[in-house]
Amino acid sequence: MRKLKEFFVERFILICGLASIFFVVLIFLFLAKEGLAVFKSVRPLDFLLGRNWYPISEPAQLGILPLICGSLLVTLGAAIISIPIGVACAVYIAEIAPLKIKEVLKAGIELLAAIPSVVLGFIGMVTLVPWVKTTFNLPTGLTALSGSIILAFMAMPTIVSVAEDALYSVPKTYKEGAFALGATHWQTIYRVLLPAASSGIVAAVMLGIGRVIGETMAVMMITGNAAVIPHSILVPVRTLTATIAAEMGEAVVGSEHYFALFAIGIVLFIISFIINVTADLFLHKRH
Amino acid sequence: MVKFNAKNLNIWFGQIHALRGVNIEIEANEILSVIGPSNSGKTSFLRMLNRLNELHANFKMSGWMEFDGQDIRKIDIEGLRKRVGMVFALPLPLPLSIFENVAYGVRMHGEKKRARLSEIVERALKQAYLWDEVKDRLGVSAFKLSGGQQQRLCIARTLAVNPEVILFDEPCSGLDPISTAKVEEAMLKLKKDYTIVLVTNNVKQAARVGDRTAFFLSGELVELDRTEKIFTAPSDKRTDGYIRGEFG
Amino acid sequence: MRNTQRSQKIAFFFLFLATLLIVIPVGLIVVIIIQKGWPAINWQFLTDIPRQGMRAGGIFPAIVGTFYLVLGAIIFALPIGLLAAIYLSEYAKDNILNRIIKLAIINLSGVPSVVYGLFGLALFVVFFKFGASILSGSLTLGIMILPIIITTSREALESVPQSFREVSLSLGASKWQTIRHIVLPNAIPGILTGTILGLGRAAGETAPILFTVAAFYLPQLPKSIFDQAMALPYHLYVISTQVPNVDEKIRYGTALVLLTLVLFMNLIAIIIRYNFRKKKKW
Repeated sequence: MRKLKEFFVERFILICGLASIFFVVLIFLFLAKEGLAVFKSVRPLDFLLGRNWYPISEPAQLGILPLICGSLLVTLGAAIISIPIGVACAVYIAEIAPLKIKEVLKAGIELLAAIPSVVLGFIGMVTLVPWVKTTFNLPTGLTALSGSIILAFMAMPTIVSVAEDALYSVPKTYKEGAFALGATHWQTIYRVLLPAASSGIVAAVMLGIGRVIGETMAVMMITGNAAVIPHSILVPVRTLTATIAAEMGEAVVGSEHYFALFAIGIVLFIISFIINVTADLFLHKRH
Repeated sequence: MVKFNAKNLNIWFGQIHALRGVNIEIEANEILSVIGPSNSGKTSFLRMLNRLNELHANFKMSGWMEFDGQDIRKIDIEGLRKRVGMVFALPLPLPLSIFENVAYGVRMHGEKKRARLSEIVERALKQAYLWDEVKDRLGVSAFKLSGGQQQRLCIARTLAVNPEVILFDEPCSGLDPISTAKVEEAMLKLKKDYTIVLVTNNVKQAARVGDRTAFFLSGELVELDRTEKIFTAPSDKRTDGYIRGEFG
Repeated sequence: MRNTQRSQKIAFFFLFLATLLIVIPVGLIVVIIIQKGWPAINWQFLTDIPRQGMRAGGIFPAIVGTFYLVLGAIIFALPIGLLAAIYLSEYAKDNILNRIIKLAIINLSGVPSVVYGLFGLALFVVFFKFGASILSGSLTLGIMILPIIITTSREALESVPQSFREVSLSLGASKWQTIRHIVLPNAIPGILTGTILGLGRAAGETAPILFTVAAFYLPQLPKSIFDQAMALPYHLYVISTQVPNVDEKIRYGTALVLLTLVLFMNLIAIIIRYNFRKKKKW
């Protein structure tokens, strides 16, 4: 009786263990089921590289290049801001901060990670956007730059915590060896610790970027959502994610527009898949 | 009567060949001391007797091992472990109360009645010479006891499920001399009812309590004989070297 | 020598500056929201339905909606996530299947939240015909927080010393008994921490509920799991971008309630973790 019960319990545990594989496959299948239909009306290359996104004009023009450019621009901006600051902060927390301050800083970073993106978007709207508008003397503050700044803050918790872990797991003997040779603390950090932790830091950066590319609400609220190929960081842009979020509500189920939004979902899914798998490879390189 | 019988027993953990062609018989109601330097395979041998080695992911074995005349691999594993109890190197109380620690095994084997459990716990604690020290605080956490008390609690916990064999894996390595003496005293008293296999780093302990002593080196059983013989006139000079402290 | 000392000082100053660049804005964000949102908070705001096209009244239906969604998500995700964690920590062998599972979890945790929204729309709303409903939204959020629950629960299970398992098995307990009576009880604080972090994440996400449940304006409480519902994060989005002339106080007030809810859950998780570490017996 006990044996029989345990047999079923263990089978059930195995099934749940496989659940994550099941859901990943299910997500992909359903994105594909709805998204691939768009390629009946538009060739894949025209979809990816088409310069016009007019999904409700007649006939619809479904080129997502402006959206890809929007996502890239905002992500690039966020990366330029968040990588140096995030890695520097990780070094500060891992190596320099006294124990008590370290705890406070870590809690602060966790706090930042916990703030919902819609709240950051809201704060960006009421503080950052007017500031960008007046500082750069623009017609609107809803620009790629504003998006980049807010997204940088969303990437930083990931970058800081993963990079800090990487620095922390460098064997103590490396550091002691450098000190023994008479290196200063700073020399030890940039000549020994940073190179030793480099693969973990690369993973941190990639995971941070992954978070930025997938971010939706904050971007939608502060980048202005103009689906044109941007020529500067001070103009409104529209990202892949924001397009889905903003337009799905109006798209009719089963329409070309609906399929196209799912196809964008496939693009995002593949991007995040590649980023996460690569980051994981970097993360486990040193083991 | 022979309790355990190993013939040409080999085991591996991944690439590591931990036991090499071991032949051994363990008699009922004897205390068998197993000595040898670290990594000599003595603990691997002990954990073969209750199949705890199988927790290791890359465990493999060849040869023959029987318990009470039955292939050990064919015996129901929970039933085997109920009959072959084990006391570990460090005192390892479970994060439960004193009472629940002792009652744990019995409960897992299906006993639910509180009165019966109390009876078993009291008997086991008395057998392990711990009852008088803890009878007024059976409900407190087992971590509140001293190291020696914890180790005797672990013995009581093993006794509670009423095994036939008790395996001791260096049971005194973390204890002071007084606690060690108490544990050894308990072992000698248990001998008449149980078969005992004692793995120890302490050669003197093996000499004090063992009826027979086995010496392991690099996974091989070098010598097995009556304890007095091993300690006075060993037939292998490696055994002689080890007990005289030339290596360890 | 003096030169290297000086460059160290300069370098450390910049590292410190970078840290301030993160910490100060975070502090400012929280302070601004509290300062400007606090005047809006009163009993009526928390318990009344939105009135005059969301320009007045309270946010009660959004609070209730978020509560239902989070509850639904956890009912779905906790059992599956916990059992999956048990599988990975106690049963999985180091083989290709295990690697694929880990890869799937990493991938699941990296999928953009809006893609979860699409998935929920395609599977629950359209394919299963649940419609835009609390059920669809909860399931979507549940799948989204699954990796958080699996990862944290697994860490908690793996931090239970191997020796406890050996002791239990050596007494003749079966593997499942060992898990049930020894491993799980000692991993509960960690599992709880993970669950609460998952709850916080589910409470704050907007994109996955956009097309699966969220109602733009629904001044009544949902009656069943097949009803649409308002939700706090979506409500904040709506009143700050879609509805003109909403009093700033109401926006900040809504942001404050949402932020408090999410941070409160995180705080509880941190406290549990801290107490557990302090009390840890082994």
